[in-house]
Amino acid sequence: MPLPPWLLSDRAGLVLLAVLALIGVGVPVLNLLVPPDHPLHLTAYTVTLLGKYLCYALLAVAVDLVWGYMGILSLGHAAFFALGGYCFGMYLMRQIGTRGVYGDPALPDFMVFLNWKELPWYWHGFDLFWFAALMVLVVPGLLAFVFGWFAFRSRVSGVYLSIITQALTYALMLAFFRNEMGFGGNNGLTDFKDVLGYPIHADATRIVLFVLSALALAGGYLACRWLVSTRMGRVLVAIRDSEDRARFLGYRVERVKALVFTFSAMLAGVAGALYVPQVGIINPGEFAPLNSIEAVIWVAVGGRGTLVGAVVGAVLVNYTKTWLTGALPEVWLFALGGLFVAVTLLLPYGLVGLLRRRREAAV
Amino acid sequence: MSELISDLDGSGLRPLQEPVDARHGILLYLEEVTVTFDGFKAIDNLSLYIGDGELRCIIGPNGAGKTTMMDIITGKTKPDSGRVFFGQTIDLLKLDEPAIARVGIGRKFQRPTVIEPLTVLENLELAMSGAKRLRGLMTTRLSGEERDCIAAVLDRIGLAEHGGRLAGILAHGQKQWLEIGMLLMQEPRLLLVDEPVAGMTPAEMDRTAELLRSLAGSHSVVVVEHDMGFVRSIADRVTVLHQGRVLAEGRLDELQEDPTVIDVYLGAGDAYH
Repeated sequence: MPLPPWLLSDRAGLVLLAVLALIGVGVPVLNLLVPPDHPLHLTAYTVTLLGKYLCYALLAVAVDLVWGYMGILSLGHAAFFALGGYCFGMYLMRQIGTRGVYGDPALPDFMVFLNWKELPWYWHGFDLFWFAALMVLVVPGLLAFVFGWFAFRSRVSGVYLSIITQALTYALMLAFFRNEMGFGGNNGLTDFKDVLGYPIHADATRIVLFVLSALALAGGYLACRWLVSTRMGRVLVAIRDSEDRARFLGYRVERVKALVFTFSAMLAGVAGALYVPQVGIINPGEFAPLNSIEAVIWVAVGGRGTLVGAVVGAVLVNYTKTWLTGALPEVWLFALGGLFVAVTLLLPYGLVGLLRRRREAAV
Repeated sequence: MSELISDLDGSGLRPLQEPVDARHGILLYLEEVTVTFDGFKAIDNLSLYIGDGELRCIIGPNGAGKTTMMDIITGKTKPDSGRVFFGQTIDLLKLDEPAIARVGIGRKFQRPTVIEPLTVLENLELAMSGAKRLRGLMTTRLSGEERDCIAAVLDRIGLAEHGGRLAGILAHGQKQWLEIGMLLMQEPRLLLVDEPVAGMTPAEMDRTAELLRSLAGSHSVVVVEHDMGFVRSIADRVTVLHQGRVLAEGRLDELQEDPTVIDVYLGAGDAYH
């Protein structure tokens, strides 16, 4: 099957997809088939870590779509990530069943501990995988749509919108910290046992989750790349660069924004849903404003408005974070802040932008 | 929901599918329009009529209300009172910006506002009418008819050689023409053009005058401009705005004799030029 022209002309994207295919095959082989004492063997820890990076990369792609192409600097995208994570975490909690500490067949441990007698209404249905999977899209999508509908219709934009998105994720964090919310409060959801009947800590399950993360990232990337290559993509750029021009050309800017924002939130939700079974926990800390800001930094480092840059930035910054929080934990936040300042001042188009400029200079 | 998704361009709100009704020879009616900003009357009981196919220049000192008037016509600002009609039947005060664009009013901003990271062709494609339904937006290809339409406009604005160039690297004058071309892609009946020749070289001004003159007749064109030489070269009729109302209207040479006009504007203006 020949590649469509919009993909064929996207060389960086093809490289990304090739790399994803390579690690999608290579990582399982190095983990499952190479014996543990072999130097090339990948431990379960590494596999999970890589899977986590891929989830972050998908979140970064979602951020780049709204920020890089539509000009909406969302400082609350981790909220959609966390909501997707909670939805899938609820499914994983229900899967525990009688294997919890208190052995209640329906109620998760934290509810028994709080002396609750029955399952809150919003926990119903989450024992079904398909329902939870649907909610992973619906809950972040709905929140983004309602939020976007009101914010964009009121023509809130620029820094004001960024501040409101930040407030949104902060408010959600405070809400989820409360035990009365019914999402495990401070501790969140954890102690997962299995997913679709497969033990969640088994190597094979981890590998499947890793491969699914790679597929989700590839799918999310392709969807965004396709979207920005259509006329709709040009409308997004027009909205970013001159909202009034787009409006006076007859485009309903606020609706376009609300729809693309919603789509982006859904991608973030999927990323969160894949993240939770791999790290084994979701708690209100995922709503922390800093998480959303970090996601923006990944995109800035990689190069906004490039999609590939979002992936590169997410993986690089998180790799640095893993390394630095191990080696020099107190330095990490300074490094992150410094990185953002340096990128803003020196690399306005990020690493991908730098490579492009190099290549253009060479031609 | 389906309405919401399909109607990204405001066409669902298009009040009439039939063409604009300009039977009485008037395309745009502004009647007794007043706008107040914090107690300041930016537009004060303004009445203005633009004929079908007419090329009208609007002049006036800074703060006379020229841009506010454009904002009202295009739906950016809602007046406190008054009536604004497009043809006999379309009440513009009931429509918002995208809907007004779709009934056939195009607006060029004072600063050239083209989408710089896109090519000239892509800018025109973006502005194309009829392509804005969701299905049309979710495509990457152009139909033959659309291609022809873009080629015709490219030719008209004198950028036929530059279709593949990024709009951001065009010369200032070319950007202005591209923006006018974007308006033409919308197939408007009325073009509102805010200071088209600011910053242009004399040669570019001549070409712009030629372009605007060629559009009159098939379109009504309203030009807000400071440059008297340019106004003289294009306009049949000139309206002088002052303090939010019409001070005088007529041929430019008549107006230049009018003592009240000389007093508020032309005298001072000529002294600068």
